[in-house]
Amino acid sequence: MAMTETTKARVSAVQESKKAANRRRIMIYLALLAVALIAPFLAYPVFLMKILCFALFACAFNLVLGYTGLLSFGHAAFLATGGYFTGYLLSQHAVTPEVGILVGTLAAIILGTFFGLLSIRRQGIYFAMITLALAQLVFFFYLQADFTGGEDGMQGVPRGYLFGFIDLENNLSMYYFVLAVFLIGFMLIQRTIHSPFGQVLKAIRENEPRATSLGYNVDAYKLVAFVISAGLAGLAGSTKTVVFQLASLNDAHWHMSGEVILMTLVGGVGTLVGPIVGATFVLTLTHQLAQSALGDWVNVILGVVFVACVMAFRAGIVGELQKFAKKNFK
Amino acid sequence: MSQEFVLETRGLTKEFRGFTAVDSVNLQVKEGNIHALIGPNGAGKTTLFNLLTKYLPITRGDILYRGKSIAKMKSSEIARLGVVRSFQISAVFPHMTVLENVRVALQRPMGNSFHFWKHEKVLNQLNDRAMDLLESVGLEEYADNITVELPYGRKRALELATTLAMEPTIMLLDEPTQGMGLEDVDRVTELIRKAAVGRTILMVEHNLRVVSKLCNQVTVLARGTVIAEGDYASVSANPQVKEAYMGSEADEEQETAS
Repeated sequence: MAMTETTKARVSAVQESKKAANRRRIMIYLALLAVALIAPFLAYPVFLMKILCFALFACAFNLVLGYTGLLSFGHAAFLATGGYFTGYLLSQHAVTPEVGILVGTLAAIILGTFFGLLSIRRQGIYFAMITLALAQLVFFFYLQADFTGGEDGMQGVPRGYLFGFIDLENNLSMYYFVLAVFLIGFMLIQRTIHSPFGQVLKAIRENEPRATSLGYNVDAYKLVAFVISAGLAGLAGSTKTVVFQLASLNDAHWHMSGEVILMTLVGGVGTLVGPIVGATFVLTLTHQLAQSALGDWVNVILGVVFVACVMAFRAGIVGELQKFAKKNFK
Repeated sequence: MSQEFVLETRGLTKEFRGFTAVDSVNLQVKEGNIHALIGPNGAGKTTLFNLLTKYLPITRGDILYRGKSIAKMKSSEIARLGVVRSFQISAVFPHMTVLENVRVALQRPMGNSFHFWKHEKVLNQLNDRAMDLLESVGLEEYADNITVELPYGRKRALELATTLAMEPTIMLLDEPTQGMGLEDVDRVTELIRKAAVGRTILMVEHNLRVVSKLCNQVTVLARGTVIAEGDYASVSANPQVKEAYMGSEADEEQETAS
């Protein structure tokens, strides 16, 4: 029994070192938060809000690709659904923005459940193909539907007053609201990953047949993860529509599903902050290039970045940094 | 009537596009036995395992657990009944710690496995039980290691601890000593003997020394059918069994020669 005592002491020692790592992580998060809080005074707030929306979208996507091991090629559908529902409610029914965003998110959750039920039993490329096909279906639906404005999209969506009294036409208020939305989404993902549910997800990703043999109905767990991801993608789309006062077919196009894969992979799939870094990187690069002489070459350059990332830096920016830190500072 | 059998198959058959891998097998596993399933390569042992736990859909026949058909159940449901399998290749979660590996198995009955809003520290209350299980297979000092770093034999021991965490009534072990050095084989044999107390075990095993030491019932499978059954002595004396094994060994010799 002496053994038990020492091993228990060891376990608590490990928990101590985990706590220390946690404290470091919290320090990093606080530093990032401080940067996010002063950022609108240093950079153009609308561009920052764009980054936050796409970062949330990429984080949501990462929950299925990085933490569940499912390559969805249809996440654009959720982004667009959030956007269209919110845009419709804000411009046609004059609801307050938070209600519009909640309904948009709910719509994405419902669509995600539907997608998930149809596709979750398939694996690998078949899963990607089914999600792509379903997303294309949604794209053509939005193209034909009346309320979306078809190819013109939904223009001039009013930002309105948050909770009825905070004027979101003010870019600064808008920015802090988007930041809050992003943080809620990010914290939900972080909690999901470090929850009892997250442990099961990890087990499924690591060895699915074994997880089944331990009595877990793996499809149900994957479905829940997929629906959470779809909901957060919808939240990102809804918020984006409020920011840009616009919902367009671009968001529903399969390009968008591809772009979020690019952001996630460049930043670091399966890392918490990777998608944020990836979204920032891709959007900044696109933005800078569009203003430079190389404007027409944006997609070519992004393609080269993607190829380089897949071939040489498979772990992405954050993943490679983590590897480097592990090697050198242990 | 069949209550004394924990697990029973009736006319269990699996066909893959005209090839019959398992051909109307009637297998009866008695409560409390350590039952070995042996046979030459390609005899259908692993396929039979996959059928019993529904990792493969069955073509014909029935599977009974304590007299009730489980042929239409899902793999995860069968596992929850207490029929828990292991795999030919060591089935661990490589990038989780040794402790977490066992904890995942203990977690499901807690009923919080879908709770994505709770912090994972609620799982710490399982740590003591997980440590006890690790101790029972001699892995307590590795609790905090990342599993992928363990040597092969210890991974198999961990797999056993994880399986035991399910409190199975019957364990299906697929070649538990495969690919192990002599020392590891002996240790795992001992672990299985310990784990078998109060349980039933059905195991596929190639190492006949292990089978003779451990098992009190042997079923020999060749080309998808049962060719002999009984205790080790009677089975090993069976001319058909000898032929099946010698035949396959002769084939292998030819293969290595050519």
